[in-house]
Amino acid sequence: MALRVDDISYEYEKGTAMSVHALAHVSVNIPDGQFIGLVGHTGSGKSTFVQMLNGLLKPSEGHIYWNDQDIHADGFDRKKLRADVGLVFQYPEHQLFEQDVISDVMFGPRNLGFSEEECRKRAEKALRSSGLSEEFWKQSPFDLSGGQQRRAAIAGVLAMQPKVLILDEPTAGLDPRGRDEILDMVRGMKQQLHMTILLVSHSMDDVAEYADRIIVMNDAKILMDGSPKEVFARYKELEAVGLSAPQMVYIMQYLRECGLPVRTDILTVDEAAEEILRHRGELHVQ
Amino acid sequence: MFNEITLGQYYQTDSVIHRLDPRVKLIATLAYIISLFIVNGWAGYVLAALYLVIVISLSRVPFHYIVRGMKAVMFILLITILFNLFLTPGTPVWTLGPLTLTREGIVFAVKMAVRLTFLIFGSSLMTLTTTPNELTDAMESVMGPLKVLHVPVHEISMMMSIALRFIPILMEETDKIMKAQIARGADFESRNLMKKIHSLVPLLVPLFISAFRRANDLAMAMEARCYRGGEGRTKMKPLAYRGADAAAYVFLALYFASCIVLRILGM
Amino acid sequence: MEMVRAEGLIHDYITRDEEGNVSGTVRAVDGVDLHVQLGQFIAVLGHNGSGKSTLAKHINALLYPTGGTVWLDGMDTQDESRLWNIRQEAGMIFQNPDNQIIGQVVEEDVGFGPENMGVPTKEIWQRVEEALKAVGMWEFRKKSPNRLSGGQKQRVSIAGVIAMHPKCIVMDEPTAMLDPGGRREVIRAARALNEVEKITIILITHHMEEAIYADHIYVMDQGKIALQGTPREVFSHVEQMQELHLDVPKVTLLAHELGKRGLKLPAGILTKEELAAALGLSAAREEHTSASGALNAGQEQ
Repeated sequence: MALRVDDISYEYEKGTAMSVHALAHVSVNIPDGQFIGLVGHTGSGKSTFVQMLNGLLKPSEGHIYWNDQDIHADGFDRKKLRADVGLVFQYPEHQLFEQDVISDVMFGPRNLGFSEEECRKRAEKALRSSGLSEEFWKQSPFDLSGGQQRRAAIAGVLAMQPKVLILDEPTAGLDPRGRDEILDMVRGMKQQLHMTILLVSHSMDDVAEYADRIIVMNDAKILMDGSPKEVFARYKELEAVGLSAPQMVYIMQYLRECGLPVRTDILTVDEAAEEILRHRGELHVQ
Repeated sequence: MFNEITLGQYYQTDSVIHRLDPRVKLIATLAYIISLFIVNGWAGYVLAALYLVIVISLSRVPFHYIVRGMKAVMFILLITILFNLFLTPGTPVWTLGPLTLTREGIVFAVKMAVRLTFLIFGSSLMTLTTTPNELTDAMESVMGPLKVLHVPVHEISMMMSIALRFIPILMEETDKIMKAQIARGADFESRNLMKKIHSLVPLLVPLFISAFRRANDLAMAMEARCYRGGEGRTKMKPLAYRGADAAAYVFLALYFASCIVLRILGM
Repeated sequence: MEMVRAEGLIHDYITRDEEGNVSGTVRAVDGVDLHVQLGQFIAVLGHNGSGKSTLAKHINALLYPTGGTVWLDGMDTQDESRLWNIRQEAGMIFQNPDNQIIGQVVEEDVGFGPENMGVPTKEIWQRVEEALKAVGMWEFRKKSPNRLSGGQKQRVSIAGVIAMHPKCIVMDEPTAMLDPGGRREVIRAARALNEVEKITIILITHHMEEAIYADHIYVMDQGKIALQGTPREVFSHVEQMQELHLDVPKVTLLAHELGKRGLKLPAGILTKEELAAALGLSAAREEHTSASGALNAGQEQ
C-alpha cells in the first residue's frame, strides 16, 4: 500500500503575473510502515504537498500513485483514497461541529457509507487510540479543553481507519505537555495500528525524537531526504535555509571543538550523557 | 476556492481616484446608483458605461481584477435575469410548459442585468479605491446629521469597517474547514438540494464558532487599546476637501444632470 | 519604582448551566503576589490552564479581582476613574495575530490606539512613524495586514501598543501561533523595546527558550506561583520543572543527566559554553566556533 509521488509541480494563480510555484518537480516514495518527519519553514510548500497526497489538490504536472494506480485517473475512487490516506489539518479542533464527541468522530465513517453500528464501533476504537477517556465521549466537543478537542478531532480522522496518517503540525499552539502527549499518541498509533505516519513540523527537536526518516523541503523543492542522523549532519545547509538542527547536535559539536572527541551524530539527552561519560578520563571536573 | 473573491477588497495603488476624499466617493457612488434607475433608454446606459470607463481607467485598478470580483455575485445576477425573463407579462415569444418568454421580459431582463452589473461595478469601485477606515470616516461624516436622531452613526460605520476587514479571513477559514471535512469524506458537490443543505452543517457550525471567537478576541483587543466609542476620538486621517475633490463634484454634477436630461428626452 | 504589584490576587470564573443559573466557580488565579519593577523583563511560564492568561488580563483591567488587589503604576485596577490611564500605560498583545488588528492598512491600525486616546492628528502621525520604526515595520506601513506573515502581524500589533506610549507591555502568549522564524522576530522586538526604550515587558509563554533572557521568571501552576527567581535559579530545578510539564534547555537537561550518573556539575547550567567550562574543557578557539552562533539562534526560537 505505498504512495508514490512522481515529479509533481503545482502553481498558484497559474497563468497570471502573480503565479507562484508552490511545488517544483517533487518526487518521493512513501513505503509502508515508516514514520516520516516533513520539515520546512512556512511557505516551503509542505502544506501544499500533503494536500496533494489525498487528492485535495491536483498537481499541475506529474502523477501520484496509490498502490500503483494514478489517483487522478478516470474512475479512481478518491473518496476511498481519502479514507486510506487520512489528513489531519493544522488546528483540527476548528473542524468539530457535532453535538457530542462520538457523533463527530462518526462523521467520517458515515460519509463512507458504513452501518450505524459499524460507525460507532470505529468511532469508539478511534477514540480509544487517541487516548480520550470515555467520560468525554457524550459531551459537547466545545466543552473540552484545547488538548482534548485536538484528540477528538484526530480521532475523527482515525475512525476512517487510514493506512497512511498525515498530521500537519499537530502540536501547533500546544504547551510542552500537550505536545508530548500528542507525539506519544502518534507514535503509539504507528506501533499498534501499523500505520505509515507523515508528521509535518517546524520543530527539528520533535522530529528528531520520533521520525525514522526526515524529508526537508525548501523553496518548493525537496532539499534532503534521509535518516535523522544523515540530515542533521548537514546542519550547516539547514541553517543556510533558515532551519536548524536539534539542540543536541550543536552542544556535542561545541564540546568536540573544545577538544573532547565525542561523536556529534547524537540526538537524545541519554545518548549524549553516555557519550560524554565514555570520555570521562579526559574531563577535569572540579 | 474562495481566494478569488475580490469583490469589495481594497486594491492598493496610487491614483487620482484613490486620493479623492472618501466623502466624494461615497456621495458619487450613491449618486451613480440613483442615476442607474433614472436612466431608462439605451443612450442613458451608454452614458453610465462611459462614466464607469472613465472612473475605472483613472483608478488604475486592473479591469480583470474587478471582473473577477463579479464571479461571486454571478448567481444572484442569473436568478434576477431568469425571474425577469419569465415573469414579465407581455407579448409571448416562446413557451415551454408553464414558462412563457415575453418580448417585454427579454428587454426588461437585459436592462436589469446591465443595471445590476453597472451597480456592482460602481459600488465595488468605491471599496476598491477606499480603505475601510476612510470609508468609515466618510460614512460618519455624511451621516453625521443623523446623530441628532440618536442614530449610532459611529458604531454603524465601525461595524461595517470591521466586517470588511474580516471577510477575507473568514473566506480563507471557510476554504480550510471545507477541505478538512472533504478529507473526512464529506461531499459538498451533491446535486440534491436537501442533501446540499444538510452537507453545509459541518461547514457552517465551525465557521460560526470561529466567527464568534474572533469577535470576542477583537472586542477585547479594542478595549485594551482604549476604544470607547466615537466620543472624544481624534482622527489620524481627518477629512479635508482639496481641489481635485471640487473637480470631481463638478464632473459628478454634470453626469447626473445629463442622466436627468436623457430621461426627460426619453432616451 | 514599582510598575505592577499584585497582592493575594484571586480570580474565579463563574460557570453557568443551560438555564443561565450559576452552577459553580472555577478558581483560575489563587492568591498570587507579583512585583514588577519599571524597566524589567519578566516572564510568566506555565502550561495551558495554569492561570497565566487570566493573570495577564488583570494587569490592564480587562478583568477585575475576585479577591486581592492589583496596582499598575500605583493605580488600583478597580478604580474606575483611572481605567483609561491604566489601559494606556499597560498595553496588551494577544495570541492570535489576526484577531487584534483592527485596521485594514498597517499604519491605520497603529493609529487606532492614539485615535481612541484623543491624540491630535499631527502627533498621531509622529507616533505611528516612531512605533513602526521601533519594530522594523515602517516599510510595510501601506500594506494590508492580510498580506503579512504571522510574525509581522504581531510586530504590527506591538507597534499599535507602542504608539500609545505605554510604560509596560503585557504579552499574552504572543508566539504560540507562530513558526520558529516568527517567534524569533517577536521576541527580538520585545527585547529591543525593553533594552532600548526601557519599556517593562511581561511575557506570558510556555516556550522556555523565550524566558531565558528575563530578569525574573514566575512559574505558574494551578493558579499559584509554583516557582520564581532568575532563569538560572528556576531552570536549576530540573525535576520540579519536569513535574510541572515544562521544558528546560537541552544543555541544562544534559548537565542534570550527567549529575544523575555521578558527574557532579554546578546547578543551573544554561549554555553550552558553561557546560564546557564545567567539564574542565578550554573554550573553543574562534575559528572553530562556527556552530556557536547557531546555538544562540536556536535558543532564541
